[in-house]
Amino acid sequence: MGEYLIDETVDITDVVCPVTFVKAKVALEELEEGQILSIRMNDGEPVQNVPRSVKEEGHQILKLTDNGDGTYNLIVRKTAD
Amino acid sequence: MRQVQKNNFSLRLKVVGGNLTADQLLTVAEISKKYGDGYVHLTSRQGVEIPFIKLDDVEPVKAELKAGGVDTGVCGPRVRTVTACQGSKICSSGCIDTYSLAVEISDRYFGRELPHKFKFGITGCMNNCLKAEENDLGIKGGYAVEWLPDACTLCGVCSKACREGAITQTDSEILLDESKCSYCGRCAKSCPFDAWKSEPGYLLSFGGTFGNLIAKGKQFLPIVHDKETLFRVADAALTFFDRHAKPSERFRVAIDRTGWDVFQAEMEAAYRG
Repeated sequence: MGEYLIDETVDITDVVCPVTFVKAKVALEELEEGQILSIRMNDGEPVQNVPRSVKEEGHQILKLTDNGDGTYNLIVRKTAD
Repeated sequence: MRQVQKNNFSLRLKVVGGNLTADQLLTVAEISKKYGDGYVHLTSRQGVEIPFIKLDDVEPVKAELKAGGVDTGVCGPRVRTVTACQGSKICSSGCIDTYSLAVEISDRYFGRELPHKFKFGITGCMNNCLKAEENDLGIKGGYAVEWLPDACTLCGVCSKACREGAITQTDSEILLDESKCSYCGRCAKSCPFDAWKSEPGYLLSFGGTFGNLIAKGKQFLPIVHDKETLFRVADAALTFFDRHAKPSERFRVAIDRTGWDVFQAEMEAAYRG
């Protein structure tokens, strides 16, 4: 998936479900259409579920990267509502 | 159901797939106030009972329920309430339309007389909110999946979404270990690029019971993709029960006594058609 520039980041490793998704959703709402958000999340339930929730909201996921420290970054392009 | 209070009955209503319309609820509310004690009991299997119906009122109550669009349920050695979760029409986790299937199964089998009670339960996905394996015949929705390399960007989401460790990723491809796949469909549902082809299907479990005897239904058939096969297998299961069970013997006990190898061979023959 080509190159992308990250416009904004949000860290959801300090919250648990369902606030993980809420925090990510709020961060996405603050972006303009087409901008790219990097969401840092914990291994386990967040990385199993948050990507699917972001997809179901209609945003475009570009990549999931393993930070090697028990966290992952989910790179998301915001789409229109 | 006869109550401990003489001449009082807890009247069981017919509910399919756990749904009642608002009009049906109004009818039930009116009857419970007029003939019962002004409340209803929600049973463990999505049923509704109106307690404290007097013996002499049973027939008029049935008639008034019928006029209000509510049927009465069954007890005894028959096919019981067909239960279901909300399924794919409502729930984003659902892989199959549980409610319409519950209606079809109920229309086909509800109340059918058998050696003992027989319960169908339908759950839409691997989360198993409806506890499929508690039932004599449990149906669970799943997805059979296939990786589509051309659509895939190797983004990494599916291998993390998989809880079974069935998906691994290399620099150039996704590897699916089908022996580990549970058909949960989480890979396909989470994939941002529609790079998993997914075909919905039914996973069947047989011989579950959760009363005096506690035993989990067993799943041994491959995932079933069409209703024709599903009903052929269900027909065969009920026929087996009718033919092999002693009176008042549960399905599970009849299978245990007859032999799972015999039962499995019959179900596999029905599956093949």
